[in-house]
Amino acid sequence: MNVITKLLTSLRGGARELGEAVVDTQAMRIFEQEIEDSKTSLAEAKEGLTEIVAKKMATERKLSDIKSKIAENEAYAMKALNQADEALALEVAEKIAKLETTADEVSGEFDSYDQNVTILKSQIQEAEKIIAEHERELAMVKARESVQQATKSVTQTVTANDSSIGTARESLERIKQKQQDEQDKLNAGIHLRKELQGDDLDKKLKDAGIKRDKHSAADVLARLKEQK
Amino acid sequence: MNLLQDLSKHLAACEFKGYRFSCLPMHGEQEVLRVEVIGREEVPIFITVTETQILCISYLFTKQEIHQEKEAELNQYLLELNVPMPLSSFALVEDYYTIFGALDRESKTESIKQELITLAGNSIDTLQALEDYFK
Repeated sequence: MNVITKLLTSLRGGARELGEAVVDTQAMRIFEQEIEDSKTSLAEAKEGLTEIVAKKMATERKLSDIKSKIAENEAYAMKALNQADEALALEVAEKIAKLETTADEVSGEFDSYDQNVTILKSQIQEAEKIIAEHERELAMVKARESVQQATKSVTQTVTANDSSIGTARESLERIKQKQQDEQDKLNAGIHLRKELQGDDLDKKLKDAGIKRDKHSAADVLARLKEQK
Repeated sequence: MNLLQDLSKHLAACEFKGYRFSCLPMHGEQEVLRVEVIGREEVPIFITVTETQILCISYLFTKQEIHQEKEAELNQYLLELNVPMPLSSFALVEDYYTIFGALDRESKTESIKQELITLAGNSIDTLQALEDYFK
């Protein structure tokens, strides 16, 4: 199911109304359930795999045991032959023959389990890929639903502290006003610094006798003395 | 464990790259968290979550607010601007032009905070840049 194709088709069809089923809601719920079911089946399959691997290992051990017994008995048979005891050797040989038959059967079982493990692993890998893909598709529909619902909440909310969305012009005004305020503050800061530096310079000039106070006590006394 | 509730508590108490946040939960059929990046309050960001994603949306303007004859040109430019715009993209939701960022639900809070401050910055720049398109 190509969800993007379905979404595009419905967009073309003008399905823009909030709440209008873009992709069949019922179909989506079934789809969601299928994903859940697939995940359950996958978990069961993995458990099944563990069991079969255990059985394969047990069979391997059994086969190994039988092969050791065969080797052991072959050694006995050889000894019997070396002692020229054909009757005994034959008895042992019969036992070996039975063991070999059993070994064939067990070997067959082992091959069967081995094949099953390979097939099951491959099926599990495939299932995991399919589930991941389905989840991706579902995520698309969920995202669209969530955003639609959220937008509905957001655009229809009008609260006391005006948390609704204003127009772009209003936002722009606030942005510009804030930037202007910040610029004003910056300018005020610069101006203040300059003023402070200016006073500083004035004081230095006066101390150096370069700039005189407009009205100084010395000047007044001098003037009065002349008047006398 | 509610992701939005935990996020709200975390954002209210943290400082990230010099920024602080202010949050307001919005309850409804879909839970939404309204977040203001302090200093960029003109462009609130709305966060909602799905099973797999955290979605952050900044609503910029509606189709009705722009000069109709410039719509096609605007759409073209916004598509092209998506590449340089960090961590978020332009998106149309119903009639709203938005800036939209999506994160994996398992994302670290640092990633979410980075997304929020970036989105807010992108939104302010965009509004100023697109002034000519508004009626």
